[in-house]
Amino acid sequence: MSTNPPNSVSTTNACKLCRPLGACLAFKGIEGTVPYLHGSQGCATYMRRYIISHYNEPIDIASSSLSEKHAVYGGGPNLKLGLTNVAEKYRPQLIGIATTCLTETIGDDVRMILHEYRKDTEGSKGLPDFVNVSTPSYAGTHMEGFHGAVAAVAEQMSQGGPRTETVNLLPGFVSSADYRHLHEIMSDFGIKTIMLPDLSETMDGPALLEYEKVPAGGTPLGAIKTIGRSRATIEFGRTLASTRTGGQILAEKHNVRNLQVGMPIGIEETDRFFELLSELSDSRVPEKYIKMRGRLVDAYVDGHKYVFGKKAIIYGEEDLVVGMTAFLAEIGIRPVLCASGGRSGLLAEAIRKSTVDILREQPDVHEDMDFYEISEMAESLKPDLIVGHSKGYPLSRKLNIPLIRVGFPIHDRVGGQRILHLAYQGAQQLFDTVTNALIEKKQDDSEVGYSYM
Amino acid sequence: MEAVALKEREDQIHIKGKAPFAIVCDKDSLAGAVSQRACVFCGSRVVLYPIADALHLVHGPIGCAVYTWDIRGALSSGPELHRLSFSTDLQEMDVIFGAEKKLYAALSELIDRHSPKAAFVYSTCIVGIIGDDLEAVCRKVEAEKVIPVIPVQSEGFKGNKRAGYQAACDAMFRLIGTGDSTGISKHSINILGDFNLAGEIWMIRKYYERMGVEVVANITGDGRVDDIRRAHGASLNVVQCSGSTMQLANMMEEKYGIPSVRVSYFGIEDMSEALYDIARYFKDPKMMERTRELVQTEVRGLALKLEKYRKALSGKKAAIYVGGSFKAFSLVKAFRLMDMQVVLVGSQTGTVEEYTELEAITDPGTIIVDDSNPLELTSFLREKEVDVFVGGVKERPIAYKLGIGFCDHNHERKEALAGFDGMLNFAREVYSSVMSPVWRFVPRKTKKQEAL
Repeated sequence: MSTNPPNSVSTTNACKLCRPLGACLAFKGIEGTVPYLHGSQGCATYMRRYIISHYNEPIDIASSSLSEKHAVYGGGPNLKLGLTNVAEKYRPQLIGIATTCLTETIGDDVRMILHEYRKDTEGSKGLPDFVNVSTPSYAGTHMEGFHGAVAAVAEQMSQGGPRTETVNLLPGFVSSADYRHLHEIMSDFGIKTIMLPDLSETMDGPALLEYEKVPAGGTPLGAIKTIGRSRATIEFGRTLASTRTGGQILAEKHNVRNLQVGMPIGIEETDRFFELLSELSDSRVPEKYIKMRGRLVDAYVDGHKYVFGKKAIIYGEEDLVVGMTAFLAEIGIRPVLCASGGRSGLLAEAIRKSTVDILREQPDVHEDMDFYEISEMAESLKPDLIVGHSKGYPLSRKLNIPLIRVGFPIHDRVGGQRILHLAYQGAQQLFDTVTNALIEKKQDDSEVGYSYM
Repeated sequence: MEAVALKEREDQIHIKGKAPFAIVCDKDSLAGAVSQRACVFCGSRVVLYPIADALHLVHGPIGCAVYTWDIRGALSSGPELHRLSFSTDLQEMDVIFGAEKKLYAALSELIDRHSPKAAFVYSTCIVGIIGDDLEAVCRKVEAEKVIPVIPVQSEGFKGNKRAGYQAACDAMFRLIGTGDSTGISKHSINILGDFNLAGEIWMIRKYYERMGVEVVANITGDGRVDDIRRAHGASLNVVQCSGSTMQLANMMEEKYGIPSVRVSYFGIEDMSEALYDIARYFKDPKMMERTRELVQTEVRGLALKLEKYRKALSGKKAAIYVGGSFKAFSLVKAFRLMDMQVVLVGSQTGTVEEYTELEAITDPGTIIVDDSNPLELTSFLREKEVDVFVGGVKERPIAYKLGIGFCDHNHERKEALAGFDGMLNFAREVYSSVMSPVWRFVPRKTKKQEAL
């Protein structure tokens, strides 16, 4: 039964980020691409700082650096100048342009400006391609920005032609370790894959001798041109229906079969994903994963008593919340509140669908929440742990309960980009982390200080 | 070889000794150059942020508030309202129909909830475009709630970070003079431009206490609204980080006749000089005596402790890129004290006067740069074979990616670097990065070894 959250006009400690940030991250996962914000200088710098604090990796986001004059007369000239400067200095293959609240409100028509720019520069050598997405910060969250950028790439860059054996994988916003693991899985199934975007290398790269203007890695541009010819698209997410996704666009434009599955977090959701891969590859799940699953089940059994009946609050991006809730439910933890700053309108139903045969009672599910509201509800829910990104730390400190850090951002620990969430291996790491956190809490609180579990 | 900088930026870079000194600065960032600067809003937000018993409401879409949530290491000895992130979270309908009503409701709700001593309402890009009358809403709420409610005109696009400092000073200036200033000693000061990162202002206040100087208001580290309201009762404004609060000192001088001195609390030399400057100002021989004693006590033993670090770091090369260039002077001197060589100094928002002074105190060949960006900085770091880079969060991955040591001297630092102890912490910070064994694995070192 759902209780009403406190209803505030103001927002305190938001549980979401702004839309252009998501677009920049998605663009960062495409080979040779520089993300570009059409707005004032601050947006780019703020988002860089925010992203750097999670990844500890350089992220160069260019900006039109609009000033008052441009706000009055239009930002077109500065957009063109900025594109020229980025092209000259970074020599990118693609510039991914996202708008901001400023340029959306003054009404800059980026598509038209780009059209003009292409005409102005016709015949010049070495110019990159452009892709643009509308990301007004006053509508939606960083996830709409992320999916929107992927959709824009599908819309503007896909081409038709004869079918290939390739499968498109659109995982959404996951960690660099997750993208890497997905590559491994797809390759083990023998499925030729185009993964869009791909932040496995671009945001978790090696130490270098020379600064790479545009870091190596990302979805190859050549491959992106062929995504319209792939035989299927797999999209992760149960709350995607509220937006027009890359998979839907490819289905409409190029008749590519679109398959949506939940984010494969935990056994149940991963089984569904693996079934799909079995079907697409027309082969059985590789032995390696059967073993991983077996070890995972064994670990679940070994640790089940330490976690059973514990109450959890899960917060963050909607599809991550759905996945984490499914995982926690299947190990015996009781989700009591699932909260997101997002507003797909689909969160409660998605959670119900993925947990209905496990949970006797559905948790409170609330969209459009901030940490003030989550904190207010936590008072009476008395959770044993909270699960989400690092911005929940003040709440975990206040309640003196463990915070299980997942998703983005992780600003108070190293290695956020290396947290593995997906598939059996991700579930294994999550399970060990959750169980040990609860054991540690009990051990620390105990007067005896047991040295066995 | 390809030029390091874009043509339009060439006059913002100077190499000492290569040509007569000339540098262009304080201009809008170039589109597409990937400036390390933020915006007007950022300038205001960072300056006002440490006022711990005020409500800081960001009127705009969610980004501006969420990216500045608990952003500084500015500590408070009491209330911690400043660590929360308040926003009106504007939505599409608000943008179309205006958001004054929403602002009014949010502001009233938050003031009722938190009972702050004052409220600052920050304007963002979009508010400047849709034309919400911030001033009117603030006036209305101020009358109803009987606390100062002050609009901060910090639309992101209306200039650079410096304009934001000005907006913050304008906002604080409205508070000053509204409190009772009776009973303030004639030996009294306001501390301007220290933000109490890692508790630095507490150290500084203790020094002043020992000298017999009364501190009226911290502006803004561990700041309190009531203190700022009576700041006009102080005899002297002591201004650090002059970029951010010098304007306020100037306005106070004009209106209240309070003179100001510029100081820096970084490094032994500047820290001592700051205290002596103030003792000299008050022309009290006893105070001067106490100050001498204080400096001697603090400095005694420090040199010995620093020696270990100096020995290890001697001859290493340092690069500096900070927000305001005033801090860079002290850093240059501090590195010199460690026998280290500064080969690059730059800042986001330096002035011609500051760059001129920097040029005067640096060695020939030093690169001086205004409003730089990752590509320029990495190229300079490589060219100069830098061992340690001093900057903020955005500079850190640039250094690390190239296998170069790093010291955070920005507002997120957790180590106190000001004061006499701060010098020791600074040396330890630099030492712990430069001397780490991890560098032996990075390509910069392995490639060098292969070449030998």
